[in-house]
Amino acid sequence: MPAHKNKQPKPSILITGAAGALAQQVIQRLRETCNLVAVDARVRVELGDQIPSYCIDFNKRTFEDLFRRYQFDTVIHMGRIRSSQLSRMRRYNANVLGTQKLLDLSHKYGIRRVVVLSTYHVYGAMAYNPALIDESAPLKSAGLSADLIDSVELENLASIYLWRYPELNISVLRPCNIVGPSVRNTIAKLLASPLAPVMAGFSPMMQFIHIDDMADAIVLASQKPTRGIFNVAPNDWVAYQRALELCGCTRVPIPSVPPALPRLILRTIGLKRFPAYLMDFFKYPVVIDGRAFENEYGFTPKRSLKEIFRFYRDNKKPL
Amino acid sequence: MSLVSFVKSLLVSSELDEQINHIRKPIGTLGYDPWGYNNEAVKFGFSLVKPIYEKYFRTEAHGVDHIPAEGPVLIIGNHSGQLPIDGILVGYALASRKKNPRIPRAMIERFFPTVPWLGNLLNEVGAVLGDPVNCARMLANNEAIIVFPEGVRGSGKLYRDRYKLQRFGAGFMHLAMKYNAAVVPVGIVGCEETVPSIANIKPLAKALSVPYVPLALPIVFPAKVHLNFGPPMYFKGGDFSDAEIDERVDQVKTEINRLIEKGLTERKRLF
Repeated sequence: MPAHKNKQPKPSILITGAAGALAQQVIQRLRETCNLVAVDARVRVELGDQIPSYCIDFNKRTFEDLFRRYQFDTVIHMGRIRSSQLSRMRRYNANVLGTQKLLDLSHKYGIRRVVVLSTYHVYGAMAYNPALIDESAPLKSAGLSADLIDSVELENLASIYLWRYPELNISVLRPCNIVGPSVRNTIAKLLASPLAPVMAGFSPMMQFIHIDDMADAIVLASQKPTRGIFNVAPNDWVAYQRALELCGCTRVPIPSVPPALPRLILRTIGLKRFPAYLMDFFKYPVVIDGRAFENEYGFTPKRSLKEIFRFYRDNKKPL
Repeated sequence: MSLVSFVKSLLVSSELDEQINHIRKPIGTLGYDPWGYNNEAVKFGFSLVKPIYEKYFRTEAHGVDHIPAEGPVLIIGNHSGQLPIDGILVGYALASRKKNPRIPRAMIERFFPTVPWLGNLLNEVGAVLGDPVNCARMLANNEAIIVFPEGVRGSGKLYRDRYKLQRFGAGFMHLAMKYNAAVVPVGIVGCEETVPSIANIKPLAKALSVPYVPLALPIVFPAKVHLNFGPPMYFKGGDFSDAEIDERVDQVKTEINRLIEKGLTERKRLF
């Protein structure tokens, strides 16, 4: 018999990708007011007695047991494996097939709110991108890089379920670069390192959101069941090379033309923090428009770019 | 003192610094806007263009006050001279006018963003990839935008076709009507003579993936430039057929032709 059969006063929330820094922040914000269950496909996270935590592959049968045992009201899916992790095939299994399983189970067990964390990378970086890309823009990255296909496929799946099962109230969030303390994604590692590669002669406009602000945004989204796809980004912009300067990074230019040259160099070096498939994101701008999310959820980022960069400058490890 | 601030102190006077800071732009906390415009870069650009505008081309601008002090504006001109010198001069004329100066934006060719250094530099001083979405968003931001509806058809034309307006794209008219933007026509005389080209080396242009490669001397002649701005034209929005839109585009074209004729009459000599 399920352990929590009785109706609970607190909403019950499943959080995937619980080992990530952002998920930890979301858990901190929700642990008092909600009954949380944390899942991660990579490791089991220790979250104390209050929060059950599991290390489960979504494609395994045991995953469904969680839905049977805890009657979830909401699912916050932050378990997308980043393109810098695992092989393409394993990522496809986790991100696409795993997400499909998660959405199927959400439908089967009557979940009323699903928040899916995606990325602005799905728009793809190319020279002809206009600025302030809105949510209806085509997702070009699948055609530009095979390493981002699983991220686009994950979004396509979420969109299909969004229309097919409106009662799931799915929202997809496409944040800009998430940075701040303990974030370990590509851009955060670059800002944190003393030496940062740049594409010679290119300094695209970028947007950065502090991890605390992003966690606030996810919490807001989980509490208001508006269906849809939303960019999440502050109305503030900075050129990549200027951001590195403000973070106290020494810039290391990589020859940028013809395009085959930097690709060859990056593939040869194999730098994790400056992967070849993200090369174009350091050449061409992908500036997104976050106003729809701000208006819908009354969200305003609180941490300024200066504050974000000051953190990286003050915490720079000398070589 | 860092090298940047040293060069700045040489180039940018405190008066100019104040003047540019005074012009209000929708920029973020670090001085950038979403398209890469940067206030500090504009100050450098302004200082460098000043002698080119005043001494090299001895530009005479008439009617620049026709450009409204605020609100969305499309400045529509004739394109010429292989290099985008005309856009720079029109931009400087507006940015340096005594009453209510504005820093305009310019829509540029699609190949510029792929050129290292140059692409970023152009973005920083206000030039933006010529995409209708960009133009629409900037009009919504109440910007003044310089548009050459002839595009490369105008700038790449040969010397023998000087001052003959090429086909105008109608995109600017759709946007002007949608955003209720003032259309300010400008007739540019003199830029045709800056880089006279007698032929377009098409195979080389194709090999380099650029719109054209002019067969011309590798110098920019110091032709005297006349800019004649006309009164703003307003076009009411609504559901119009393509033929009706073309008619409106022709009205603007006719006005630009008139302003070019005016400039040609005013011009006493080429240099």
